[in-house]
Amino acid sequence: MKYLGIESQRPKIGVFDFTGCEGCQLQLANKEETLAAFLSCIDVVCFREISSASGEGFTIALVEGAISREDEVERIRWIREQAEVLVALGSCACFGGVNRLKNDFDLDEANREVYGDQPKPTLPVRAINEVVPVDLEIPGCPVSKAEVERVVQHLIWEVPFRFPAYPVCLECKQRYTVCVFEMGELCLGPITRAGCDAPCPAAGLGCWGCRGPAQETNFEEFLSVARERGFSEDEIVDRLAFFGGFRGIA
Amino acid sequence: MSRQVTVDVRHLTRVEGHGNILVRIKDGKLEEARWDVVETPRFFEVMFKGKDFRSVPLLAARICGICSISHCLTSLAATENAFQLVIPKTAAKVRLLAKHGETLQSHLLHLFFLAMPDFLGVPSVLPLLETNPKAVEIAIRLKGLANRLCEVTAGRTTHPVSLRVGGVTVMPCSDELLDLRGELEHSLDDLAATVDLVKSFELPEFVRETEFVSLKAEDGYPFFGDRVISTDGVECDAANYLEVANEYVDANNTSKWTHLSRGSYVVGALARFNNNHEFLHPEATRVAREMNLEPVCHNPFMCNVAQLVECIHCTHEAMDLIDELIATQPGELTAPVEPKSGQGVGAVEAPRGILFHDYEYNHEGRIVRANCVVPTTQNNANIHRDLSSLVTYFVKQGISDEALELKCSMLVRSYDPCISCSVH
Repeated sequence: MKYLGIESQRPKIGVFDFTGCEGCQLQLANKEETLAAFLSCIDVVCFREISSASGEGFTIALVEGAISREDEVERIRWIREQAEVLVALGSCACFGGVNRLKNDFDLDEANREVYGDQPKPTLPVRAINEVVPVDLEIPGCPVSKAEVERVVQHLIWEVPFRFPAYPVCLECKQRYTVCVFEMGELCLGPITRAGCDAPCPAAGLGCWGCRGPAQETNFEEFLSVARERGFSEDEIVDRLAFFGGFRGIA
Repeated sequence: MSRQVTVDVRHLTRVEGHGNILVRIKDGKLEEARWDVVETPRFFEVMFKGKDFRSVPLLAARICGICSISHCLTSLAATENAFQLVIPKTAAKVRLLAKHGETLQSHLLHLFFLAMPDFLGVPSVLPLLETNPKAVEIAIRLKGLANRLCEVTAGRTTHPVSLRVGGVTVMPCSDELLDLRGELEHSLDDLAATVDLVKSFELPEFVRETEFVSLKAEDGYPFFGDRVISTDGVECDAANYLEVANEYVDANNTSKWTHLSRGSYVVGALARFNNNHEFLHPEATRVAREMNLEPVCHNPFMCNVAQLVECIHCTHEAMDLIDELIATQPGELTAPVEPKSGQGVGAVEAPRGILFHDYEYNHEGRIVRANCVVPTTQNNANIHRDLSSLVTYFVKQGISDEALELKCSMLVRSYDPCISCSVH
């Protein structure tokens, strides 16, 4: 792609997947209105889900999924060694995601329940940053493709990028969504990092906190308001644990 | 001829998830041909335990990034059956519309992005942006429309937000529905061009007889239903899914394997077509004939064609559904929900085949036990068995090593496997 007659550098990008649903990778092939433009400014050298080309020498690694088996530990270490920039893509990569709910159970028993007397290798679920250093984290279940595009533009052309410091609540106000917390739904909107454009409350569903905590959240106050409104400890704890983004806080 | 061949594909590309192909021919004799799923297990059945019925459909959706709407809808059906709930008619229509959006999105992703590069001799769809921009433009337009249909009806394309126990939370507004109606009608031209494109693909003429399992058509080509049928004459209630799937663990696979009347069976677009072709929209039937897809078809590569036929069916049915939704008063969108202790099974035709969720709830509405039988889980043993026949068939014809590896890969891809889903 040329800009002002000058050929711009197309960064070599590798897309990799670990324990998860591959829904975040799928987002890369979505948002069809800008797909061709997006692809023209990057050089996808490795993206197993959509390409048989197995080029090496990627400088940016987009990594989806959590780590939950020994071979995954080795593979993510290799990717870390190769990549100049490692981006964790989605809640599984950033926090462990829903996979982390597995860690509440005895893994031998879980294995017996699913595989009987032929257990399969498995490890407690970890986020990518618990195994190797991560340069940038884009949370969300799934990630927002618009946000991924902005991050990639930032990495290529240094287009300014900041995650919003404010919580999801503000985005509900921006799109005129009637507050679901006020309507009696448990909602993590007051403490969850914005940037998703609040699709869940718009559909009458409370926020489930897939993007993890916003900056400077008043966590104690949120808990006391939630309790005051009659939500049980179980409900609140379950909700905070769902995507793994609030561990260490909840 | 003492031919030695090893095909060793580790982590097959252009499929969802991680699986390996291994073929060994020694002194001209086939020693082994394997399809092994090595995806990391996530233990969803265990993670469901103790979860509140309101969290359950959200967790279920996360089993799969491509067919999250199907997992969500199957989960809702299981919970609603356990609670003995009947959802309002409008909600059922909105759900079916969301289902069609997903089927279109998933089939088109497979046909254009995963399968097409093999037939055009390229490693991915990316070089086609330069060499065959028209095909890519069609792909992008059709897939974009399918995704918008999901957005309008389920709140989001991946991991839906407006489908909940008892019904749906949002009635799509008529402007958006009318826009979609117009675009769907226009998309028929793109689908016709896709038919021409797929006709130009050289689909291998490989046949291995097997059993095809799907939901049974009751009031139309089936996407939701209560009865299961097979081409070997099995018919039973979906609630008896355990007797259909007969899941067992294979030492080399993290996905389980299944069997019914013979060693393995097939689910998916080809199975639905084989069992229920007379319920297709006439236009879809016409295209099936034009493309030489005839029941009962035992060529796994024809699954690509069956998917395209279903795209045409879903597009027409989606237009009819939109007309019905606009022409009637929406009424209630959700039924009142009272959690009850009890068991419920949900069965839905996901894009890749019949999907079962089975939950047992306690009186608080928390899950005590869960089981999911996923489409690709049901296809894996059949893919494995196809491989030996395929290799024998093509080696007899004197195929080159490289071409053999491609044929094996194309065979697996034709099933459009959703591997992380199959392990779950």
